[in-house]
Amino acid sequence: MGKTLLEKVWDLHTVRELPSGQTQLFMGLHLVHEVTSPQAFQMLRERDLSVRYPERTFATADHIIPTDSRQRPYADAMAEEMFVHIERNSVDFGLEFFDESTGRQGIVHVIGPELGLTQPGMTIACGDSHTSTHGAFGAVAIGIGTSQIRDVLASGCLAIDPLKVRRIDVSGSLGRGVYAKDVILHIIGHLGVHGGVGYAYEYGGDVFDAFSMEERMTVCNMSIEGGARVGYVNPDQTTYDYIRGREFAPKGAEFDRAVEWWETMKSDDDANYDSVVDIDGADIEPMVTWGINPGQVAGVGEKLPDPDSLEGAQRASVEEALAFMKLRPGAAIAETPIDVAFIGSCTNSRISDLREAAKVAAGGRVAKNVKALVVPGSQQVLKQAEAEGLHETFLAAGFEWRQAGCSMCLAMNPDKLVGDQICASSSNRNFKGRQGSPTGRTLLMSPAMVAAAAPAGEVVDVRTVSRPTA
Amino acid sequence: MTTDMRVIEITGTAIPLRGNDIDTDRVIPARYLRAVTFDGLGEHVFEDDRKASEGAHPFDNPRYAGASVLVVNSNFGSGSSREHAPQALLRWGIKAVVGESFAEIFFGNCYTLGIVCAAVSRDDAAEIQNAVEADPTMEFTVDVDSRTLGSGSRQWPLSIPDAVRDGLVSGTWDAIGELVGNPAEVRRVHDSLPYVRGFGAD
Repeated sequence: MGKTLLEKVWDLHTVRELPSGQTQLFMGLHLVHEVTSPQAFQMLRERDLSVRYPERTFATADHIIPTDSRQRPYADAMAEEMFVHIERNSVDFGLEFFDESTGRQGIVHVIGPELGLTQPGMTIACGDSHTSTHGAFGAVAIGIGTSQIRDVLASGCLAIDPLKVRRIDVSGSLGRGVYAKDVILHIIGHLGVHGGVGYAYEYGGDVFDAFSMEERMTVCNMSIEGGARVGYVNPDQTTYDYIRGREFAPKGAEFDRAVEWWETMKSDDDANYDSVVDIDGADIEPMVTWGINPGQVAGVGEKLPDPDSLEGAQRASVEEALAFMKLRPGAAIAETPIDVAFIGSCTNSRISDLREAAKVAAGGRVAKNVKALVVPGSQQVLKQAEAEGLHETFLAAGFEWRQAGCSMCLAMNPDKLVGDQICASSSNRNFKGRQGSPTGRTLLMSPAMVAAAAPAGEVVDVRTVSRPTA
Repeated sequence: MTTDMRVIEITGTAIPLRGNDIDTDRVIPARYLRAVTFDGLGEHVFEDDRKASEGAHPFDNPRYAGASVLVVNSNFGSGSSREHAPQALLRWGIKAVVGESFAEIFFGNCYTLGIVCAAVSRDDAAEIQNAVEADPTMEFTVDVDSRTLGSGSRQWPLSIPDAVRDGLVSGTWDAIGELVGNPAEVRRVHDSLPYVRGFGAD
């Protein structure tokens, strides 16, 4: 019987079974950001511990930093304080810190891959639930809490329970105007927001074979929204081509040896899965969430559910969601008016996302009553986008063009919804209050769908507006 | 010098919180992550939900003041990995969460803080919530060792994974001591990794 990639990576990184029965698992890469780490560094100080593998630990600032003015000290005193902490902790504990001056700052899940830090066969930890993003490279990437950040800093290891593996095959091909974001929203809609608890999701099939690395990252990123802490795609030539030449990637002959090893880490053909799910790519439509969790989602051509046709807990959930969203049971999801359009986040702020959105935005004009912003995922994405003139397309269409960060995905900085504003958003969570206003509302969709909604002032099917690709 | 870390049983009154998929953004909104310590989080737990319920939220109901067992439904603690969520519950006074199911990262974060997460069937969750609502003075005992929840003559089975049960009962749930205790063994694994060794250049 063969093994899955998860089993191979797990075996290779297992130090021992702990007395508790959990696995002591070595972490090959630890990424740290400013918001969930200060307490962990403080815990190290209190226990007089150092960072055991500083050369495998990298820091950046993304969650709280402003995306308008980067003038130091930041206008937001708390942002300044948290930034000073990550800066000082990096110095005190000997970590490389990718701040603004390095030109490599950005959302932690954007810069890890873009710098070539993220590689197949690794274990990766980060104090953020969207760490699953890095699984796109065939790494086992695990989101952790602050006490676990302390553990990984101090020991290089995590105490963790083994995971089962669910294979999710998406066969065939996607229709025009259907993106990676729609694939993962469809999967979550199909398997539910807690269907993945206890599992790693292994994504594969024709659609993933054809996907770029950035598309694979979008899907793996939202594994956690389906309850799966880990999501991954087996590495292939697309993976290797992406990694080659990046700053921290192996070079020359070492790269060739790396590819040889990476090839051996793929799931075997006769690997045993705990669960297998098959999805036909042709069944996937552009998706839009209508509720208060990412599983409350429908194709853009569908109608909202009617709680009267449901029973028990399901009925209560739909009632609660529609009441919060101020949406009418049975109404069409298309033509829902929007107040804000946000393109960004660790799900969809990479160069290919911005290119697709710019194609849709080009030549249009953001509706008068809509605030629209584009927040690139990293300084490098920003630079590339500006080299291609994408910022000019967005600015001409009435979008704001910002500096790199998490921004309105979780609204820890001044980028927030106001009152009960409703936002077409390329981010990953539509939870109550997620975008900074307790009564603010979020409609998750692909960046192209957001770009289509902004000028229309309402949700529209991107297939009816997208311009033919040159 | 040595603190007794064992979590064998938790006794106290309970607080029911109905609803599935209650995410950690709701437990503690992101604006309370704007701090370099966990201090003071307890008073902000469920802040936006409480405000929206205009006093009707269980965490504002004086009948449940002082409760240490939180009774929830399915997929509690989904979403963000923020440890601020269990830290806020802990600082409010919650020592055990009993419910139909838990999100994985939340469950792990609770364990690293010694907070018990114990699963019950849907029917039992509803029965316990109904009972607490009818009589908030009911005292419960979460018996981690025998995996039962008791109140007076009533008893409900709890599901807690073996490793978690053992870790709580033996007081070894804080893994840091174990994890930093075998650096040579960790170093051997580190040294054996192809990506550390230049992919076999030797």
